[in-house]
Amino acid sequence: MIELDRLSRTFQVGDQHVHALREVSLSIAAGEFVSIMGPSGSGKSTLLNLLGLLDRPDSGTYRLDGADVTDLGDAETARVRREKIGFVFQFFHLVPRLTAAGNVALPMLLAGVAPAERKARVAQLLADVGLSERADHLPSQLSGGQLQRVAIARAMSMSPALLLADEPTGNLDRATGREVLALLEDLNQRGMTLIVVTHDQEIGARAGRRIVMEDGRVVEDGA
Amino acid sequence: MTLRDTLALAWGSLAHQPRRTLLIALAMSIGVGAVVVLTALGEGARRYVLEQFASLGTNLLIVLPGRAETSGMAPGVLTGQTTRALTLADADAVMRLRGVARAAPLNVGVARVSRGGLSREVVLLGSTADMLEIRHMRLGQGRYLPPGPSNQATPVCVLGERIRAELFGAGNALGEWVRIGDRRFRVVGILASQGQQMGFNTDETVAIPVAAAQQLFNTESLFRILVEARGRAAVPEVRASVLELLKTRHEGEADVTVITQDAVLATFDRILTALTLAVAGIAAISLGVAGVLIMNVMLVSVAQRRSEIGLLKALGAPAASVRRLFLAEAGLISLLGAAGGLILGLAASFALGRIYPALPIIPPLWAVAAAVATALVAGMLFAWLPARRAAKLDAALALARR
Ligand SMILES: Nc1ncnc2c1ncn2[C@@H]1O[C@H](COP(=O)(O)OP(=O)(O)O)[C@@H](O)[C@H]1O
Ligand SMILES: [Mg+2]
Repeated sequence: MIELDRLSRTFQVGDQHVHALREVSLSIAAGEFVSIMGPSGSGKSTLLNLLGLLDRPDSGTYRLDGADVTDLGDAETARVRREKIGFVFQFFHLVPRLTAAGNVALPMLLAGVAPAERKARVAQLLADVGLSERADHLPSQLSGGQLQRVAIARAMSMSPALLLADEPTGNLDRATGREVLALLEDLNQRGMTLIVVTHDQEIGARAGRRIVMEDGRVVEDGA
Repeated sequence: MTLRDTLALAWGSLAHQPRRTLLIALAMSIGVGAVVVLTALGEGARRYVLEQFASLGTNLLIVLPGRAETSGMAPGVLTGQTTRALTLADADAVMRLRGVARAAPLNVGVARVSRGGLSREVVLLGSTADMLEIRHMRLGQGRYLPPGPSNQATPVCVLGERIRAELFGAGNALGEWVRIGDRRFRVVGILASQGQQMGFNTDETVAIPVAAAQQLFNTESLFRILVEARGRAAVPEVRASVLELLKTRHEGEADVTVITQDAVLATFDRILTALTLAVAGIAAISLGVAGVLIMNVMLVSVAQRRSEIGLLKALGAPAASVRRLFLAEAGLISLLGAAGGLILGLAASFALGRIYPALPIIPPLWAVAAAVATALVAGMLFAWLPARRAAKLDAALALARR
């Protein structure tokens, strides 16, 4: 599903070049559960951003579902993100003025899904993450675990084939983190490709495939 | 993203910060309101002046002796004895011209009118029966000056309402005699009260046959000939034929001036329209100021909502959708401001109309439309930069920071 060929990304900080990714080549099949670990600053988030088409590599190619998506235009990348990729973030990133239901509906809004269909799907998605009664609550009225579950429901609203999670449990206590992980594993079991960046050894261990990064390179890749 | 969803989302974010939204809308309202009120005033003044002229009759031509060197200037100062005088015969000849509906000679002077022990100075008009129609005056009682040859000095007079009241009080005036100068005149009619008309108060005049006035003032010449053309279209033709006729009658010398009401009217119209536009333009500047305010506030808003914008992009919003979202916010604020401004402007116009009932203070439709359009365009134009900045935001960077 994902094929990376010598992907590099360099940031310029002042007059210094920071090599966040150095010629990373990877191939990830559909339905895998991959964890990415490594010390802070090793390039995990940079890799995830490239996979999510939120950033562009300086060199190398990225093929998604067989198509080269390295150099797509803005409208095209937006479409790919909308239709194929879901995101879950460490800091949840819910829109504070929108209710749980409003946040979950957001990707469908952007995709132009009709209001009636939107409503039905939001109800289903919130039920899937066990938050039906919280549909009308604002983010400020929800706990951390609930916020991340809303975020997962939102990520799933367009039924993407690929879910990217950057330290999804980094801001949660251990118990809630486990609940959130269970939710993600469940989605993976139903066929969705799951890539999780984490510092948590336990999560890393549960992934079917563990990638370890250091200084912009993949230094370990295996079961 | 559909337009409806874009607007709904934009509205949500505006409603989330009601005070900020209302303040910008208020700034916009003041601009729109100012344009509406000031153009209403300007237009009111214009209409007032036009109505005043129209009350004199737009088909009116005024013939006066002497030649104006510069067109448009009132050549009253030139009416000395240096040029050939206009005569009653001239007036009679003018009356027979094609395209002329009516014509009335006019002599004006000041005379003392008395009845019994009461007396006062009045503006004495010497004219003929046609004067009533030409000047759009209305009779209160009796008749106006008698028809018939203009050189007949019948001793009758028509009193302005105020003069009647001062000389006769509650008593009957019709058929009574008054003394004007050293002659006696019988009162045959009373003008209805009309008040001021272009600075000329008919209530305080007394009209007598022009021949009688000439005897009284001891003159052969006329002050003016007022001519009414058969229609507005006939005015230029009548003007030309009057000039030609009087030139022939005056031994080939073009020594009269003909002022048409239309020319004066057009000049006033131009001046006042320009004034209204200028005032509207100045008021529109405040809309520009409101636009700058929108830009400033939107720039701050884009900076504050970086992570929200990054999120929208991560969720699949292309740059164009993000841009549209911010433009929609600016558009909605402007619309709100325009609506508020209209209410403000119309209310102020209404209040002004109450204070100055003589002025027809109604904001012209073009100004209302222009004010609203300017508000919307200014809002969107000044929001363009912030919207573009939002659309260009690096999503990865925006999401990395909390
Ligand atoms: N937008 C950026 N500008 C400059 N440097 C960056 C940027 N993003 C990441 N980096 C640098 O690239 C390296 C990798 O960062 P990142 O991928 O965030 O690491 P990780 O997620 O593994 O902690 C770090 O040295 C970081 O400072
Ligand atoms: Mg990171």
